[in-house]
Amino acid sequence: MRPIHSKITEITEESPNVRTFFFDTQFDEAIPGQFVMVWVHGTDEVPMTLSGKNSITVQKVGDATSRMFELGIGDHMGLRGPFGRGFTIPKKDEKVLFIAGGVGAAPIAPLADIVKARGIETHTILGSRSCDELLFRERFACGRVDITTDDGSEGRNGFVTDQLAETDTSYYDRIYVCGPEIMMYKVFEILEARNGHVKTEFSLHRYFKCGIGVCGACGMDPDGLRVCRDGPVFNGGELEGSEFGHYERDSSGCKYHF
Amino acid sequence: MKIAGIELKNPTILASGIMGTTGAALARMSRNGAGAVVTKSIGPVPNKGHNNPSMVELECGYINAMGLPNPSYPGFCEEIKIAKSKMDAPLIASIFGGDAGEFTEVAKGLLSSKPDCFELNVSCPHAEGYGASVGTDPELVHEITASVVDAVDVPVWVKLTPNVTDITPIGRAAESAGASAVVAINTVRGMAIDIHSGYPILGNRFGGLSGPAVKPVAVKCVYDLYEALDIPVIGVGGITCPEDAIEMILAGARAVEIGSAVHDDVQIFEKISKGIDIYLQKYGYSKTEDITGLSHEMI
Repeated sequence: MRPIHSKITEITEESPNVRTFFFDTQFDEAIPGQFVMVWVHGTDEVPMTLSGKNSITVQKVGDATSRMFELGIGDHMGLRGPFGRGFTIPKKDEKVLFIAGGVGAAPIAPLADIVKARGIETHTILGSRSCDELLFRERFACGRVDITTDDGSEGRNGFVTDQLAETDTSYYDRIYVCGPEIMMYKVFEILEARNGHVKTEFSLHRYFKCGIGVCGACGMDPDGLRVCRDGPVFNGGELEGSEFGHYERDSSGCKYHF
Repeated sequence: MKIAGIELKNPTILASGIMGTTGAALARMSRNGAGAVVTKSIGPVPNKGHNNPSMVELECGYINAMGLPNPSYPGFCEEIKIAKSKMDAPLIASIFGGDAGEFTEVAKGLLSSKPDCFELNVSCPHAEGYGASVGTDPELVHEITASVVDAVDVPVWVKLTPNVTDITPIGRAAESAGASAVVAINTVRGMAIDIHSGYPILGNRFGGLSGPAVKPVAVKCVYDLYEALDIPVIGVGGITCPEDAIEMILAGARAVEIGSAVHDDVQIFEKISKGIDIYLQKYGYSKTEDITGLSHEMI
């Protein structure tokens, strides 16, 4: 598909470095966890997981996202998608645990919306560096929410893993995780020790080139799974013994260890 | 089947630039039935490639301008070793450079990882100073091919660009310089524009067209090269099903490479090689060679 010319209809300032852009393009068929390729004309095109049917939530980190922050309501971006494999939607009688760090709350929030609408029991561990960077806490408020901040400005002074260590995960049927890879890997290790990683889904991030599963730039070791097509959501069982938590590759294919 | 100096498991080969950045991805394509795999094109220095969008699906195929991203030969040796440790299929190392010296440097630099063959990329349509910038000049192609053939002890294939008036002089240059095969075609130079914003869609503004739209171009190039050369021709361009591969073989291809079709189906290799076998059986042939170039006799 060609990029869909999409007008920005609303911008929400979530925190000093995070904004949500709403578009006049709706991805009604999108499954939570799926992404769109966002083309910032004249700059670059980057993958962004949908934070809603017509929205992306962006942290300012590079050229493309900085350029996005210069755009206003009425400006346009090109959107292609939804692409990739999203989260498994829980069944009505299942109990779910969300673990989200920083802007990692964005891919999980649409799942929380669905879960809330179905009346499914939820528990969220929501972490960030400080209280003004806590994202979408109201969207997770359908159940218990434990907040952690690195600086102790709100909730528990520490990391989501500190909270997870004290949480009885055997109670939950499904666990969903998104955040910085180091955080996700620590979560993975805790859950693997409890054999709970196989009921857990992780939303991964890698450098995407084509974004449609052809070029192989986001292929993971050792099985060559493509994050853009076979993922970006992976079951913990698929990540056992993989590069996850250890290294990634940049746009030239050179490895960088975490 | 032994073709152009290497033993293929079947006539379907993973084309360069597709799932070829890591050893793990190459091995996965072998598990999915590829008779051999070609790596991403590797050059003398690490290169990030062009900005995105770098590949977009159009109505008739795909347009891409990756810009030869690669970690360079020292970084890629490990990936080749990983691929080779995980699969039996031959591995063909695609390489590029700006001149004969760079091509030879890269080829020699990869030798320790023991690729089974080299494919010289003198045909990428969108990298200034590389690829088709050198591959449209028969003298340069001859010089580069001869230099690499002299430096390595494995077969050397040369991948040709269709973006020339006549592809056969370039093919002859490769053959006379000692190439074991020519591979035709690389992508067809092209462009797509977003009519709403006015921006060319690719980050590099223009790029190369692949997929179903280019198959007739590829069939004609393979047909012409088969007439002009004695060395085998490997056909590539828009093959998405067994019928496409058979058409390419009838035009003169000894084997085929498959790229963009991986988008719709990662198991494409197995499907196409099985389909070729069924065709051979149906028409009473025993091997692919029996039908290679058969269309040339139909006059």
